[in-house]
Amino acid sequence: MEKYFDQHISRRFNEELEALRSHVMKMAGMTEEMLADAIAALVEGDTEKAEAVIAADDRVNLMEKQIDEEAMQILARRQPTASDLRLVMAIVKTVNDLERIGDEAEKIARLAIVLTETERPRNNYYELETMAGHVRTMLRDALDGFVRMVPEVAVSLFRADKKVDDEYEAILRQYYTYLAEEPRKTSRILNAIWIARSLERIGDHAKNIGEYIYYLVEGRDVRHIPTEQKEQALLEDGKD
Amino acid sequence: MNEKTQPEDAVTVSAGQFDRSRRSLNIQREDIAVEVKDLDLFYGADQALKKINLKIPRNRVTAFIGPSGCGKSTLLRCFNRMNDLIDICKIDGQIIIDGQDIYSRDVDVAEHRRRVGMVFQKPNPFPKSIFENVAYGLRLQGVNNKRTLAEVVEKALRAAALWDEVKDRLQDNAFGLSGGQQQRLVIARAIAIEPEIILLDEPCSALDPISTAKVEELMIELKEKYTIVIVTHNMQQAARVSDFTAYMYLGELIEFDDTAKLFTNPARKATEDYITGRYG
Repeated sequence: MEKYFDQHISRRFNEELEALRSHVMKMAGMTEEMLADAIAALVEGDTEKAEAVIAADDRVNLMEKQIDEEAMQILARRQPTASDLRLVMAIVKTVNDLERIGDEAEKIARLAIVLTETERPRNNYYELETMAGHVRTMLRDALDGFVRMVPEVAVSLFRADKKVDDEYEAILRQYYTYLAEEPRKTSRILNAIWIARSLERIGDHAKNIGEYIYYLVEGRDVRHIPTEQKEQALLEDGKD
Repeated sequence: MNEKTQPEDAVTVSAGQFDRSRRSLNIQREDIAVEVKDLDLFYGADQALKKINLKIPRNRVTAFIGPSGCGKSTLLRCFNRMNDLIDICKIDGQIIIDGQDIYSRDVDVAEHRRRVGMVFQKPNPFPKSIFENVAYGLRLQGVNNKRTLAEVVEKALRAAALWDEVKDRLQDNAFGLSGGQQQRLVIARAIAIEPEIILLDEPCSALDPISTAKVEELMIELKEKYTIVIVTHNMQQAARVSDFTAYMYLGELIEFDDTAKLFTNPARKATEDYITGRYG
């Protein structure tokens, strides 16, 4: 599948699709880095790093506009069909999720700056760092799946997202307890909750990207169907 | 999405060398292959072209689109004086190629047609061998040296992306080729005499999708050396192959712009209605 998009008679069409794909990967790499740096800024209390993440978001936003424009040109001038059409659709949707991931990373960076002004917890936000590690793995798997065009990532991301959701809930419970026990630290805990919330959202976006890859490769839309049916559907398709 | 200031190093989508925001294209004088000035054309009492003003850029593919009877083929034919053959046809205005009005008295029409080649809707090879079809124009010019002919024929067939398919049967009759191959043969015949401009009048309308794709790919390759002007009923084809598109309607030039712009954000509502299928 990976080498499938460069076999058109029109060389220019090949080049355009290839450019579109590589731009998405570049944008994805940028958001991955933003997330990693935002969490590092939080854990290390590094405001400079956080500022860099905030600046990077502008570039990611601009990439979104550029890729949308490229995709629109391809739709208007090439009238792609079948897998080419699904590729363009999947990319337009993926780019939207990547841009949101960039926004969430930016939010985390901003909160990291605010949190440098308050006393740090003894565990130095270990729970958030751990959760971020899981989310980063999801994001990496999604992008890896995109490059290699493996529909199975939709299944693993779907499961990983459930775990991240559970983790989020566990962190919330923990924070609620702190809130009750230490009302003086309310502001810090609320900010930490926002960070957990952003991480959970990034997990959702990574899961969405998995669904687009599935749609791209298998031509089947697996969004918004009940959990059991979805797992069943994904597993069945995986067999053949 | 947050709207923020755009950093300088941002990658922007290439807008080409032409200013997209303008209604009329800003083309440098030396980049113009054909300039049409106030062109009126009448078939008897009927006016087929009305005050056409147009600059066709050099080494680019320019497409004319529009509904039947809009004058696009008529305009294309003017470029190599095909309309001379029609008695009732009367032309006012100028068509300037290389600084010369092609309708002025001192123009040698045969020499002009050598510089401006034409390919028609239906492939029209001569009832001769593949080799002789391509060599025909040169023989007319008095070239008979076997080696020169062989070299030119090979070069032209390669340029037309046909060489690999016919190199082992150059002496076979050209009618034995498929429609798509015949059309590329005719293009090779046009290239062999080294024109500056190649005019194509619906070159793919008799071809299947694969042959069409090959001819389209060929046009894009040929524009490095030649200026290509194509008339097409198929606006998707115009969108795929051309750099510039002219939309014509009832003998008037309605809009002429960068193809990328015309097919995503046309300036005139009439153009939008036509390309989105709301016309008529």
